[in-house]
Formats: sequence, C-alpha cells, structure tokens
Amino acid sequence: MKKVTYRDQISRVLGISLVVFLLFSISIFAQDEAVASSSGDPAKGKTLFNQNCAACHALNRKMTGPALANVESRLSEDEGLDREWLYAWIKNSPGMIKSGDAYAIKVFNEYNQAPMTAFPTLSNADIDDILAYTAAPPPAPVVADAAAAEAVEGDSSGITNELILGALVIVFGLLIMMLILVQRTLKRIAIANGLDLEKTKAEKGVPLWKAFAQNQFLVLVSAIFLLLAGAYFAYGWMMQIGIDQGYAPIQPIHYSHKIHAGDNKIDCKYCHSSARVSKHSGIPSLNVCMNCHKSIYEYKGNPEGPSKEDLANGYTNEFYTGEIKKLYKAVGWDEENQSYTGESQPVEWVRIHNLPDLVYFNHSQHVTVAGIECQTCHGPVEEMEIMSQFSPLTMGWCINCHRDTNVKVEDNEYYTKIHEELSKKYGVENLTAAQMGGLECGKCHY
Amino acid sequence: MASNKKYWKSEAELNPNDSIVEALGQKEFVEEIPVDEFLGNKDSLSSSNTNRRDFLKYVGFSTAAASLAACEGPVRKSIPYVVQPESIIPGVANYYATTIADGYDFASILVKTREGRPIKIENNVDAKVHGGANARVQGSVLSLYDSTRLQGPIKNGEPVEWSVLDTEMKAKLNTLKDSGKQIALLTQTYASPSTSKLIAEFKEMYGTVNHVVYDAISEDAALSAFEARYGERALADYNFEQAEVIVSFGADFLADWQGGGYDSGYSKGRVPKEGKMSKHIQFEANMSLTGANADKRVPLTPMQQKIALAQLYARLNGSSTSGEIPEYAQRAIEGVVADINKGKSAAVVVTGLQDVNAQAVVLAINEMLGSKAFDVKAPKYVRQGNINSLNTLITDMKAGRVGALIMDGVNPMYTLPNASDFAEGIGKVDLSVAFSTNWNETTEVTDYAAAANHYLESWGDTQIKKGHFGLAQPTIKELFDTRQFQKALLLWMDSDKSYYDYIKETWNSQILAGADWNKAVHDGVYQISSTTEGELAGTVVPKGDIDKEATPAIDIASAVKKLSNAVSGGGMELSLYSKVGMGDGRQAGNPWLQEFPDPISRITWDNYVTVSKVDADNLGFINEHAANGGLDGSYAKLTVGGVILDGVPVLIQPGQAPGSIGMALGYGRQVGMKSEMQTGVNAYPLYQGFNNIQSVTIEKSTGMHEFACMQLHNTLMGRGDIIKETTLEIFNTKDHAEWNKVPVVSLNHQEVPATTVDLWDSFDRSIGHHFNMSIDLNACTGCGACVVACSAENNVPVVGKQEVRRSRDMHWLRIDRYYSSEDTFEADNIKKDEFDGLSGDKGSLGGFGELEDPATNPQVAFQPIMCQHCNHAPCETVCPVAATSHGRQGQNQMAYNRCVGTRYCANNCPYKVRRFNWFLYNNNDEFDFHMNNDLGKMVINPDVTVRSRGVIEKCSMCIQKTQKTILDAKRDGRVIKDGEFQTACSMACNNGAIVFGDVNDEKSEIAELKESDRMYHLLEHVGTKPNVFYHVKVRNNNEA
Repeated sequence: MKKVTYRDQISRVLGISLVVFLLFSISIFAQDEAVASSSGDPAKGKTLFNQNCAACHALNRKMTGPALANVESRLSEDEGLDREWLYAWIKNSPGMIKSGDAYAIKVFNEYNQAPMTAFPTLSNADIDDILAYTAAPPPAPVVADAAAAEAVEGDSSGITNELILGALVIVFGLLIMMLILVQRTLKRIAIANGLDLEKTKAEKGVPLWKAFAQNQFLVLVSAIFLLLAGAYFAYGWMMQIGIDQGYAPIQPIHYSHKIHAGDNKIDCKYCHSSARVSKHSGIPSLNVCMNCHKSIYEYKGNPEGPSKEDLANGYTNEFYTGEIKKLYKAVGWDEENQSYTGESQPVEWVRIHNLPDLVYFNHSQHVTVAGIECQTCHGPVEEMEIMSQFSPLTMGWCINCHRDTNVKVEDNEYYTKIHEELSKKYGVENLTAAQMGGLECGKCHY
Repeated sequence: MASNKKYWKSEAELNPNDSIVEALGQKEFVEEIPVDEFLGNKDSLSSSNTNRRDFLKYVGFSTAAASLAACEGPVRKSIPYVVQPESIIPGVANYYATTIADGYDFASILVKTREGRPIKIENNVDAKVHGGANARVQGSVLSLYDSTRLQGPIKNGEPVEWSVLDTEMKAKLNTLKDSGKQIALLTQTYASPSTSKLIAEFKEMYGTVNHVVYDAISEDAALSAFEARYGERALADYNFEQAEVIVSFGADFLADWQGGGYDSGYSKGRVPKEGKMSKHIQFEANMSLTGANADKRVPLTPMQQKIALAQLYARLNGSSTSGEIPEYAQRAIEGVVADINKGKSAAVVVTGLQDVNAQAVVLAINEMLGSKAFDVKAPKYVRQGNINSLNTLITDMKAGRVGALIMDGVNPMYTLPNASDFAEGIGKVDLSVAFSTNWNETTEVTDYAAAANHYLESWGDTQIKKGHFGLAQPTIKELFDTRQFQKALLLWMDSDKSYYDYIKETWNSQILAGADWNKAVHDGVYQISSTTEGELAGTVVPKGDIDKEATPAIDIASAVKKLSNAVSGGGMELSLYSKVGMGDGRQAGNPWLQEFPDPISRITWDNYVTVSKVDADNLGFINEHAANGGLDGSYAKLTVGGVILDGVPVLIQPGQAPGSIGMALGYGRQVGMKSEMQTGVNAYPLYQGFNNIQSVTIEKSTGMHEFACMQLHNTLMGRGDIIKETTLEIFNTKDHAEWNKVPVVSLNHQEVPATTVDLWDSFDRSIGHHFNMSIDLNACTGCGACVVACSAENNVPVVGKQEVRRSRDMHWLRIDRYYSSEDTFEADNIKKDEFDGLSGDKGSLGGFGELEDPATNPQVAFQPIMCQHCNHAPCETVCPVAATSHGRQGQNQMAYNRCVGTRYCANNCPYKVRRFNWFLYNNNDEFDFHMNNDLGKMVINPDVTVRSRGVIEKCSMCIQKTQKTILDAKRDGRVIKDGEFQTACSMACNNGAIVFGDVNDEKSEIAELKESDRMYHLLEHVGTKPNVFYHVKVRNNNEA
C-alpha cells in the first residue's frame, strides 16, 4: 500500500515540478536573452547535468570540480571567457590543457590536477541546455509544499486504524451491556417464578476450589500438567538463550540499508564484495563508502521530505546528512578542500551476526557457488532502516535449509561427475545439499 | 583376630629414636598445619563483617548473577579497514615467496599470511636448492611473535631513540676513520650478494673496517679444505639422488651438516625404483638422524673414524696405512670398498669430522671416484665463518685495537667457548653495538642493543649455491621499532637509500641480466642459466674475510698419514652435535621447537649427554622410569681441559659407540628468556677450539634428572607388522605376499585374510572424493618438519615440560622411533616367533623382557603416526554423544563442541592418536608459551578452532585445507587436479614421504601408491580399514 502511494507521490511531484519549471523557464528565458546569444532548455539541461556532470560537480558547492551555478556569467565576468571557450573545454578539456590555455591550466592545477572527462558526444545545444540549467535557481520550495500536502493525505490511513479500534471497543462494550441486561432479566424472571436463588447456592455447599482440592486424582493430573507445561515453556525459554534473532544494536554511524539497498538499489555485493570470494562477507572499508559519498555529501531523501514515520524517529534529512559527516570524520575527508586529511578514525561497528567460533561458515560457498540471495538468510535488508538479525542462525536452521535446498549444479564442471553418480544412487533428479554431504559434522566444525 | 603386622608410615620409623616417629605417634602430620594463621585469631574472626550466612548469600548471588549474565551474549565490535589494501581480502590467505637466511638456516620458502599476519611457512617448490623448510624454519614464524623480542634500541639497559645510536655511531666512525683503530663487523654468514657489496662499500668509506664472519657451529675445516683445493672458500655440494653408494664418516647430512638441505635428494634415491635404491653406510659415534636411516651403521669413536677414513682412502688408492680399528669396522670398510668398486662414479663419501685433513681426504676421494653426486663447480655458501680471523679479532679487542664493534646475527657471549676472553675484549672496545631480535648474553655486555628485524620483516637476498639466488621480502611491517642491520649500515654511510632499492640495484646490475625484477621477487628464487654463470659468478660471489695469503694446498698423502695416526687424547671422546629441533640455539625461545621431540631420543625441552650402555654400566649411570611414567636419568660431570660442566643429565643411547659420548649444542640459554624456555645445559664452553670432537672425562654426579620424553617404549617387541621391513634382495626376488604378508584371522575355523572379515557394513565410498594418505617408510627420514608444520596449521597448543612428562603432549602427528632389540628387526621377529613355553631358553617370559631392551647397535625405524581415519573407526562407535563421526570423503571428523570429554574414544583407539585437553591451554598464564599473549596469538590459524579444556582433539586430515580446495574448484567451476589436495604434513614433507590425495581419482599419484606392492595398513588385523597407509621399508643391506 505504501509503495503505491509512493509511486503516486513521485508522479505528482514530477508533474508539479514540471509546471514549476515551465513557469520559471519563462523568466529564465527573459534573463538569458540578456546574457547569451543563444539559450537552452533548463529542464533538458537538468537531465543532462545529472547524467554527465553530477558525479563531479554541484551547483553551489565545490566538489571534485568547481561549483557550476551561474558558471557562464562568472567566467565571462571574471575571466572574459565566452561560451565558445566552454564548448571547447567541455568537449575536450585535456586537449585544452595540453594546448596551454591559461585558465584551463589554472583550473586543472587548482583541482588536484584531476583532468575532467572529455564529453565529445555533447552537442552545442546540449551544452546550452546544461548552461541554462546552471543559470537557473533550484526550484526547491514548491516541492516542500507538495510534500507537506502529501503528508496530510498520508495521515488518513493512520486514522482509519484508530477508528476501527474504537468501533471494536464500542461493539464489545455493547455486547457486555447486553449480557448484563440479559442476566438481570433472567434473574427477575426467576424471582418472579418463585425460585430461591440464595438457597440453591447454599445447597451446593462445597466451593469449587475445595472440591478440587479434595479430589486427589484431579490434583495429581493438574500438577503433572502444570509441571509439563512449565517444563515446556522453560525449555523454550532456555533454547532461545544466545539466539539473538532480531538483534538490532545501535551503530556508531546510523547506516540505513533501506536507503542504500532499497531506495537506491545498490547491489549488496557492491559493498560486501568479499562475500563472493571469502568466508567473510566483510564489513565494507570506508574507502568503499567514499566511492559514492565523495559526491553525495548530503541526504536529499524523498523529494517530498521525510515521511511522518521517519520524522517520528528523527530521521530527517539533516539527520542523515549528519551521519554522512560522521563518515567524513572517520575517513578523514576534508569537504572544504575535497581532500583527505590523513587523520582517520576507524569505525567500531557493533557486530550483529555472531556465529560461535566453533562454526565454519563460508559466504562464497553460498553466494557464489550456490547463488543464494543474501535475503534468504539476512531477510529483507532493503527494508531495514536499522539492520537486525533476521534468522536465528541456529544449527537446526542451517540443517533444515540444507535438507530442503537443491545444489546448484548447472554450468559447474566440479559437480558434473559427482552429481551424475549421486543422483543415480539416491534416485533423484536434483540433489539436496544434505545428500551432497552437507549434513556431515566436519563440513562446518573443525 | 588381631594382626601383629606393623605398617610403616615412613622410612624414618625404621629408626625408633627419630623425632619424627614421636611426632607421627601423636599427630597425623609431621609438620604443623598452619590452621592458626587463618582461624586462630578468634577476635578478628568474629569481628569480621562477613559471617557464614553472608558468605552463602554472596555465593548464591554471584552464582545467580553469573548464570543470568551468561544468558546474554557479549557485544562484539568489528572494525573494518579505513582504506582496505587491494591485495587483502579478509578471510583469504596471501602467499609471499621469501628466503630465510638467519646464519644457520638457509631456505627458500613461501609464507602464508592472513589479513597481513604471517601464520605459516611452506616449501617453495620452485627452488632447486634448499626449497624445503626444516622443523626450525617451519617454527620460525612463531619467533616473529616472540613476546620477549626487543621492541626498540637499548643503550646500557635504557630504551633510547635510534637517532641517539645513529649520532653516536656516525661520530665514532668518522673519528675512527684515520685513527688506526679498527672498525670491526662481526656477523653471521649472510651468503648475500647485496650485503657483501654493502659491506665492501662500507669498508671503502671508513677504511679500517674488519669484517669477520662467525658461525656458532663452525664448518671451518671443510671450508679450509675446499679452499685449499679449489681456491674458493665455500662448501662442496652433494646430490645424493645421484649416488648409489653413500659412505658417511660422522656426517649428519640429513640434519644440519654443512648447512643441511640434503634430505630431499637422499630420500629420492632411497625409494626402490626398478629394483634399485641407494646403499648408505654410516660410520659414526653418536646415534644421529643420518645413522638411524643408514642401511649399515658402524659405531666408531671419532678417532677410529679418522683411521677408517684413512684406510678407505688407502684401499681405494691401492696404498696401505697404519692404524688399528676394530675388526667389525675393518670388515665394514672391506664391504664399502667392494660396493664402491661396483661403480665408482655412483659412490660418494662425506664426513662431518671437524678436521681439515679428513675433509681434504674426502674431497680427494670423491674426485678420485669421479662421483656424479659431487659438485664443486657450483659450491654452496651457507657457511662462511672463519676461526682464524675471529681469534685475531678477539686478540685485537683485548689489545685495545678495536674502536667500534658492530655485531649482527651472532651471540658470541653464549656461543663462544672462550666467552670470557670476548667479554674482556669488549670492555676495551670504545663503542659496541649488537643487532639482535632478543635480549641475550651479548646485548648484555655491549653498549647498544640494536633491536633487529625478524627475517619476515626484512628485505634480503641470498646466493645459497653458486648461480642459485634467492630474495627475501617482508611479509609484515615491523612489529616494533626495529631496524635491519643493512638499513643501519646504509644510514651510517649517509645514504638515504632503502635497502630494498639497494638490493634492486645490485640485482639489476649484477644478477638479473635483464630479467624481470618483479618476477624474481614474486618467485623468490632466481637461477642464472649456466651460460651466463661463469662471467657473473666472479662479480658477486660472497666471500668471508679470508686470509689474503694463499692457503697452501694440503698434501693428501700426509693428510692420510695424519688421520691414520690419530690418537685419542685420553678419556672419552665427546662429539658435540646440534639437534634437529634446536640447531645452534638461536631459536631457543621458540616453544614449538622446545616441545619438538628429538627424532632419536624423543626427548623434549632438554639436552643431555648420550652414553653407550656399556659405558653407562661402567660409570654407574642409570635411566629409569619414575612412578608416573616419566623418564629419569643420572647427572654427570664433564671436564674438558679446565672447563667443568656439572649437572648434565645422562641418556643411555643405543648405538652410541663405546668410548664416546655426545652432547647437543644450542641449549642452556638464560639471558632474556622466559623461565620455561631456560632448558638444558650450555655445551658451548666445551666446544674448545671450535672442534666438535673433544677429549673429555665424565663422572657421575648426584641426583636424578627428570626428562620429558614422548616415547618411553623403545622397541617393537618383535611385532613386525607394525613396521614391515624387508631387504632389497627379497623385495626384488620374491612375491610381495612373502614380504608384505596380509594378516590372517580364523573364520569358521579357516584362516582367511583379515581384510575379508568385517563386523560392519561397508559404506559405498566410490562417489565423490575419498582422501587417502600414503607414508613411505623408505623416504621418511624422521626429520620432523611435518610435526611442526602440523602444530602451526592446526593451532596445536604447547603444553610444557611437566605436562609432556605426564604424557599429555598434544601433537597430532608424532614420529615413532623404534630400535631393534636384536641386531635387526627381522631377528626380533624370529626370536618372538620361536618362543616356546613360558620359561626356559626360549621362554616368552624372559624373552619378552629381553625384547624390551634395545641392542647396542640397533636398527632404527621411523614411523609417522597421525589419526588413521579408519573407515571402521573404533572411536566412533564408543562416543556416547556422537562427537566423532565419519564423512563420506574418508575423514574421521571431530566436533569439539559436541565432545563431553569421556575419553572413551582415546581408550578405544588402537593407534593412540587422540589427544585430550587436560587444561585450557589458551589465555592461561599457567601455560606461558604463546597462546596467552596478544602477540603470540597472531600466529593462530583463523580457519581452525582453538580447542578448549575437556575435549578430545586429533588429526583432522587438514579438513580445512581439503574443504578450501574443493570450494576453490566449485567457485571456478572446474575439476580438481591431482596434487591440489594437500595436508600440512604432506606439504611440509620435502622428501616425498607423505603423499595425500583423492583415491577415487584413478589417475592420481595416491591411487597409484595404494596399488603398490609395498602398501600396507597399520594393524590391519584389527579391521579398522584406515585411510592412511604405509609402504614397507626396504633396506639395502646386502653384503657385497
């Protein structure tokens, strides 16, 4: 349900922003005519900018490359460079540097001599569009409004839940009232019929608990029952000791798998790359984070702002941006100068999945060889705001899976012979991991 | 009815006047039990706030709290890299090729690292020479993590900065430059082209530099003899694989003789192929590893060996000599001559006698024979020590002619027989610096102790044999503030070059001749092709600082004469030797090596003087078993010249030549060592004149010594089915059913082969992998590299001397050594078979007693034993909790977390390979070896569980390695090739004795070995159907 509304939101937001853009573009057109000879389409420009430039440039912020807001006017005012220069630069910046263009070399040196990728595929019109976009202020406030409106709408589902609960309470109250009324009526009828209610009670004599206590057989049976029930629950309680299913510790940096794996659909193994080849899935080293977070310096989240639920938890955009700053501190990234300070502070993550030392578990066997999805054991990580242990990680859990899961033998020459022979022996089409020997003690304990 | 028996409580009661008798009459204990100390003071007891009820409350509360707290797991932190190195993937091992050249051991090796920590040493199979890591090299990775290592430079006992040393040293060197006083470098043998070049440059810069190379255990005689004959100070190389007849006069060439590294070639020639194997005759005094492997061993004192050698030369030469040797030795020489004459070039003669004449004669004999196994064109450089220049240096030091003394890789205060002279001399040296990884006897007397790198932290290069180069690369960053000697020299020469750059330059300009440097570093070895060898060899041959005057050639005739006139110096003849586990003692602080049992004596944590049974009886020495099963031995007092060594334990050694005794060097280190590691007696003071043969008087001393011996029963008692043996003649001529008999059992009153009778149903093991291990008793020399490799791979704990004495050693792999009781094992078998009745001449009662005693010159056999991984394992059926079970791949598996420690399995194991964790050996300060400190724990293999107290453990057939091989193949989607499956022991075995593999792969080596006629299973009649099998030992002892 949530997803549906979300999709609606996106389309609505897109729609609204389109309108806003159209509105603004009129004024931009007006401005542009004064500045440049030709003009572009800022909407198209935004798309192009995000596709080609955003990895290294932001509008109002120095990143790998300089901030690009009003870059054209800045260049023409400060350096006297025209759009032609920009065409040349964008299409072939290394060439410009080689040719000895003064400003090109200056920029190149200023930004750690990191050469800008050449974009020979961009046409002049494309560049016009991009420049039009850079010259336009971002239409942020309207979006916020839209989000607020959306939030109000989203509330209605919470209200219905409460309403249903309230109705249920009322229904139950009515039922109780009715019961009391019926009983009263019955009593009245009995009295009217001349039955002595007090007397019948006295005749019964022995109260129930006394009768129970006197019946030794019953006492014995119920004692045994209670003991067995107690033992059952005690056993159940004991068996969950040390099983930390649902363990979701607070981490030094609030890392949301939901945002990374869910919203942005980053492959698990992009960060946990060693899961492919090693026994450890590996907690990503901070340089892996910086592959993206060098340019993603703030959280923009849902364009319409945080949901009510997130707000209740304090997961505002500022909160997430703050967590990114924590990362920068740990890895020693100086945002101002876009460089590493060399002073790093390794992050002490709290380990969630703790297998005992006596177990040998190899990720690559499961991930690469068997092709099992991470979610099979780790659950819907892409929905977890806070990572938690999904599976019990008990031996019984492992073994059950080994009994049920077929070995993935396709296209694996290693299995060809053994599978052919074993499947004939067991008379099955597909072998389970257990039949392949996956239940032997020594496969996991050594 | 009352008895009149009187029971004695103690010996003292025999004397009725003893005061103890009276005391015992009234009290139970002779000494007062100090109860008053804690109960006597009633006031304090009652005034205490804690009464009994409180105490119980506390106990109850803490028990409850502890059990509640145990319900919640601890919070575990995980700290990833900030920037992960590209080559490191957590959980995946990296291997680096490097070279050990610590002055005693030289080997090209691979180092396995996990997350940047070196954890295991492997053989470098690409290396043509010295590619095998022996027990000490296998153990050397633990020395890296020695918690007693020097962590920074020390000046007069106080930690200082390197800059302090640098400033002082540079100033000193500059003042000494033209002062006439020498700058002395006293170093180990490097055999390093770059270091030689560096030292030459250092000499050039500071002029009066005197470089002295010093080997603790000298090969000076061999070097001098070689130099006199061939003009280069080096050692002849021998390829025993090429030899059909090997004659050794006291050369322990399977151990450390002339730098070692000969066992691999020897073993290859020992496996019978096409009816042929080498024949090995050993003349020696001590029972050495080499002698134990010989086909014929002739015990002779060193003096007799010299005469025998002279006679051999004379007989081969057709001349005659004087000199008397015992009649049996005379016959042996005749036999050797006959053997050699069958094919002269196929014979080789070696000697370990530290006598320049003996060495010269041996070179002459080999030359005369034209021996194929003898190589002087490409000699070895692993020993360079020069006694003369060392003695000159000490004289100079005492005369005050030495201004600065810089030492590296040597510990003269411990290893010099005349250490007091050295100490006196060093007092007159202005500035003395010792580079050392540990605080030791020498750093104690020098001004500076310069904390040196371990070889796994250093760059380096070697030329072990002419044309065969090796590179050493660091496998871990320096753990401490240490520096390698060469780096320091560069700094003191005002060079800011790193030693890495220096080596690279040297190699590119002088060795590689255009070959790729990175490839050389990757391979760890580089061999110059024979065409370029000649021109290059001249430029970078490392040479010890030898006397510049041409050494006069030795006249062989007079050398032979001198040998034949050898006379004993009176008293016993002492042969000093080095143990396989300890070498010259530079790794004495290594617990793996201390606990490594000597292959011959099987004694750990000790050295001792070995005495023959005859001499022991004459001198009153005894060895006996104490009540707890430990071995006890008398103490002896040894006197050489004026040096007295008292309190040396005595071991009665079968095979020791009467009139001779032996003692191992390398023990008795004290300074800078943990108390547990201070074992044995230092024998270096007896090493007078650097001669390993000394004339000694020995007498009994008081007291008994407690040995920690791993094998208390020395003979096979005629049970020839445990180690099956045959002779080459029978092997070649008769059917294997005769010499490799399958045991028979009675079924329905019929004798049937034991293999056909089975109590159990058999599983089908034809599908998938089925691991088997083959152990060739012909190729196994008993060197024990596999034992240490196993400990390193499988996190086998060190338990210490006292626990070993209680037979609680934890080694998963042991090498049993057996002596024959008669002259041969065959004679033992015959004797046992001929027992008739209980008593009488052939009675079994007395006969078995006799079989317990080894012969005076016994045959020796080694047998590596690990878990046999029985397909019908007796251990599995008795485990009440199914902690040990069988896998389809043939491995007997052990789930430690399931084990409750009943030890039924250990009792039911016919091979006695299961080990029980009597204590928690890790994180326990009672076992202060390496698993109780963070540094020592770095060597632990993360893929193998560290066992806890109360569980049984045993060889897993390295299941972690087989599983890894399988997984790698699965990931690559390919079939596993033969040779990919390896265990730690099969990888460590450089001799090819241990082969591991999958028998279901018909084309594999192991499948072929299993079909061999020599194959047999241990205790086959028990019906355990093991997955480990042995190969019948064949001895080539046909008399020519």
